[in-house]
Amino acid sequence: MKILVCISNVPDTTTRVKFTEGNRNLDSTGVQWVINPWDELSLTRALELKDNASNGISSVTVAHVGPASSEPTIRKALAIGADDAVRVNCDASDSYSVALQLAEVVKEGGYDIVMCGIESSDHNGSSVGGMIAGLLDVPLVSAVSSLDLRGGEPLISREMDGGREIVTTSLPMVAVVQKGIAKEPRIAAMRGIMMARSKPVKVVEPVDTAALTEVIEYEIPAPRAACRFIDPENAAELIFLLQNEAKII
Amino acid sequence: MSLLVYTENWNGKFKKLSLELVSYASGVGEIMNSDVIALTIGPVEEDELMRLAEYGASRIIVAEHDALKEYDTLTYASVITQLAEKEGSDVIVLANNNQGKGVAPVIAARLAAGLAAGVTGLPVSVDPFRIDKRAYSGNAMARLEIKTAVRILTLAQNSYDLKSNRRDAVIEKYQPVIENSPAIKIEDVQRQEGKLLLTDAEIVVSGGRGMKSPDNWVHIEELASLLGGATACSRPVSDEGWRPHGEHTGQTGKVIAPNLYIAAGISGATQHIAGVSSSKYIVAINSDKDAPIFEVAQYGIVGDALKVLPALVAAVKAAKND
Ligand SMILES: Cc1cc2nc3c(=O)[nH]c(=O)nc-3n(C[C@H](O)[C@H](O)[C@H](O)COP(=O)(O)OP(=O)(O)OC[C@H]3O[C@@H](n4cnc5c(N)ncnc54)[C@H](O)[C@@H]3O)c2cc1C
Ligand SMILES: Nc1ncnc2c1ncn2[C@@H]1O[C@H](COP(=O)(O)O)[C@@H](O)[C@H]1O
Repeated sequence: MKILVCISNVPDTTTRVKFTEGNRNLDSTGVQWVINPWDELSLTRALELKDNASNGISSVTVAHVGPASSEPTIRKALAIGADDAVRVNCDASDSYSVALQLAEVVKEGGYDIVMCGIESSDHNGSSVGGMIAGLLDVPLVSAVSSLDLRGGEPLISREMDGGREIVTTSLPMVAVVQKGIAKEPRIAAMRGIMMARSKPVKVVEPVDTAALTEVIEYEIPAPRAACRFIDPENAAELIFLLQNEAKII
Repeated sequence: MSLLVYTENWNGKFKKLSLELVSYASGVGEIMNSDVIALTIGPVEEDELMRLAEYGASRIIVAEHDALKEYDTLTYASVITQLAEKEGSDVIVLANNNQGKGVAPVIAARLAAGLAAGVTGLPVSVDPFRIDKRAYSGNAMARLEIKTAVRILTLAQNSYDLKSNRRDAVIEKYQPVIENSPAIKIEDVQRQEGKLLLTDAEIVVSGGRGMKSPDNWVHIEELASLLGGATACSRPVSDEGWRPHGEHTGQTGKVIAPNLYIAAGISGATQHIAGVSSSKYIVAINSDKDAPIFEVAQYGIVGDALKVLPALVAAVKAAKND
């Protein structure tokens, strides 16, 4: 069984984002790039599943759509433990075109389980995983908070409004993962970092596609009005303000 | 042209979220000169369906089929796609919740239609179709242009005010064609009964590591219950096992948008704020006057949460007795 983990390359989550002139692009000066936090967790889970030999997982591959400059992020995933990587050599801005490229990778590689995060921390598209499933017409389980294997069959819990369901489905499948999928992201050990250098990264050229959406500009939301401080000895004033000024209680 | 809004129901009942969706759709419909068709996957009683007419739906369609008893993402997406094609819908609106996030991208892929996820307001222009959406986990807004003739929007919860806009709606039954049996088999369902869901709550009282110990959550719970709200926490608190995982908000937890978010003993790390920055009002209680949480709060109290919370509880009780 082969697992494909789709990873997106995002600014470190503590970045104070700024944009370049015209507000069309991120100002990448000083930005640290990391694996999207959800993808780091989904990679961790894939590796945990592989560690258990009885699951019969032959490889965990990471896939990324992006230019050569995202290679350090791919190497990091290899250092954490992925066996190999595929990079589709093009810019990633529109979720549909990213999904189309990834769907091609899935077809070529014949993966059984494709894992995507619930959202990338930069685009917040919540799109790519579901689109891959829609394009390939393979089963999709979204809001996945745990993924196990039971005799070669995926055993999944998915979050519903007001509860959770334990479900199973046939392979190949796409799992869109969220909170709970793994506890802590696995970190690269020295040995992993050494080994990552010699692991294969296959670079493939993109298939033809047109973007369906385009970001025209970004805007940093206006800072909220300054905080109004209330004397801790006079908590009742806060309740009064919430009732009469904000009118929300 | 028509505008299709998918309104999920929960055991035959709608939530405020469903009404928000219809209100929003009729706002978009007004700009685009289209009627609003509301679709739900049944069964739902007629009285309940008519609630959607209050907010601007002029046709209400209930899809029923044996294969729709359980939620199978691809099957639900097919039903919505089929209807959108049949009705020639050029805008499809869904909720940005668990189900909406599941089905919307599948519909987008099937129709090769542009998707804007987590929108909070009406389009800023229709031709070209441009709309603002959350980006960089709440640190920016992106103005997205959707270039396709069909546009799919998922609406962030509690971001659009209900506006009544009564229509004489007709209810129609719809039997979709379902070619493949559902791919997902459900083995077990674990429901959280009776409790106000964090994502539905309009008031949320939340605690961080500054609350010191799980025993001190009595104050959080008492204040939340007096205000008719739900409880939440920061990630380290749920990691420690002080609170259940479902309560943690933030970038790796739940993203919520209540009217009021009260944060006690929470420092306000960007990853935490990512989950709560859409709250209408944030109140911070922190012993450190320089805690970053005060940068996003409208009201703040610098003090010991273990003293301030009981004082707030007493003040709410007193206000209620007035
Ligand atoms: C990739 C990544 C993702 C993350 N995702 C999330 C997420 O989704 N959600 C999340 O919450 N965190 C997340 N974190 C963790 C985040 O960075 C912070 O560590 C966390 O939010 C801090 O929690 P806290 O405010 O409860 O604790 P602390 O940072 O320890 O802050 C405690 C606060 O309580 C105050 N305090 C102490 N005593 C009192 C008292 N008696 N009365 C009042 N105030 C008091 C202190 O002044 C301090 O401000 C993430 C981190 C990473 C790296
Ligand atoms: N450029 C990319 N390359 C590979 N995978 C991606 C890329 N962008 C997004 N993904 C995957 O899709 C998920 C959701 O991203 P998004 O739809 O952008 O919110 C991410 O968690 C990744 O698993």
